[in-house]
Amino acid sequence: MAKIIIPTPLRKFTNGQAIFTSEATTIKAVLVDLGEQHVSLNPHLLQSDGSIQPFIKIFLGENDINTLKNELTEVNDSSEISIIPAIAGGSN
Amino acid sequence: MNSDFTKAELERYSRHLIIPEFNIEGQRKLKNAKVLVVGTGGLGAPLIQYLAAAGVGTIGIVDFDIVEDSNLQRQVLFTQEDIGRPKVDAAYDRITKQNPHIKLVKHNTLLNSNNALDIVKDYDVVADGTDNFPTRYLVNDACVLLGKTNVYASIYRFEGQVSVFNYTDKEGNLGPNYRDLFPSPPPPGLVPSCAEGGVIGVLPGIIGSLQANEVIKVITGIGDTLSGRFFTFDALSFTTKTFKIQRDKNNPINGKSPSQTTLIDYEQFCGIRVDKKVERQVKSISVSDLKKWKDDKVDFELIDVREPYEYDIANIGAKLIPLAEVVQRLGEIPSDKKVVIHCRSGKRSADAIELLEAKAGFKNLYNLDGGILKYADEIDVSLAKY
Repeated sequence: MAKIIIPTPLRKFTNGQAIFTSEATTIKAVLVDLGEQHVSLNPHLLQSDGSIQPFIKIFLGENDINTLKNELTEVNDSSEISIIPAIAGGSN
Repeated sequence: MNSDFTKAELERYSRHLIIPEFNIEGQRKLKNAKVLVVGTGGLGAPLIQYLAAAGVGTIGIVDFDIVEDSNLQRQVLFTQEDIGRPKVDAAYDRITKQNPHIKLVKHNTLLNSNNALDIVKDYDVVADGTDNFPTRYLVNDACVLLGKTNVYASIYRFEGQVSVFNYTDKEGNLGPNYRDLFPSPPPPGLVPSCAEGGVIGVLPGIIGSLQANEVIKVITGIGDTLSGRFFTFDALSFTTKTFKIQRDKNNPINGKSPSQTTLIDYEQFCGIRVDKKVERQVKSISVSDLKKWKDDKVDFELIDVREPYEYDIANIGAKLIPLAEVVQRLGEIPSDKKVVIHCRSGKRSADAIELLEAKAGFKNLYNLDGGILKYADEIDVSLAKY
């Protein structure tokens, strides 16, 4: 099953769950699967048209999915998907 | 004797000078470099200290803030005696004692669209250690417009991010910048700042030190910088990852067809002004009027929409219903008498009131202006501020 890593800022929408596994075979299907399990997470990942929010990056392994086949990028049992959100902390 | 270094400097920097890849050439580049550190806080503390210790010749420090008690958990540049002083003054005094051979330039101001280009233009490299999205985009855009390298780091709770933006490598290839990664910011309130969400104290020390290392590599040209790569660190699981990042042809400031040629209003870009207008639409009550209601034994309910761990730090005897639970616990909120809702500073309580008015038609809700922070300032100074 593909493994998706939930970053700290979004874990409040997954009841603290840091890793989600899915049998889906594309990035898009994995995100849908994740969103069905954690409905409140959806608006933080996806726009109303289903595309990924501009303040979120999705990587398969070390590669930005934009350089692969975007949401249609295929995944398998050994895939590790990382969600990287924009964070701004540093000074105060 | 090397003419551009004094004997004292040669002795001070000798551990650099004996590294074959670094040697006196690397030290000379540091001495001639001008680095602007934006934000003299969690990241700025290790950044400024290590850059000063390393011998960066000119360090500019930008901050408009003063040192507060709550800074000292992680901002190791400051001491108890600095509380109440402008951060740039406290940093200046500390760093001057640490290394008298370098020049420090204080910018005791809020970096904004009117002054950013003027300030940034005098430096070779910028190190961004700010704490909000408008300034992140402002620093990025100023660096892109002026052709400066932006060494970026950011932290939140247990996670840190580091990269090098807008860097031209030895072959003349320009690397990606912040807008290639995140074209636009999250809406206000979605990702809390460290002031709202917290940060483990040692994290800025770790991430700020990595950021200082990248600044030194950019200046000296040794090693491979994080340009084109994005580093993340999870302190809880001790997981580090490095992702590949690329330039985006749709980047509005330096993509194929740039639509932005100057700095913009970054508060508006990040949706902050719109948010403030919405907040003002709810009814509010001042902390002094709340005190009077209490003293006069007015029949009203006081509700706190913060989290339990915040309630444990300081509370004013309100019923605790965290913001995320207000809809499920509607039945616990009276509709037949006045209800004052408060949070830390007044934003979450305004959000709760909007939600309750829209979902259940409440008309008896008052937002405590300034929240428990203002109450602590003006009514009960024994309350801990956080």
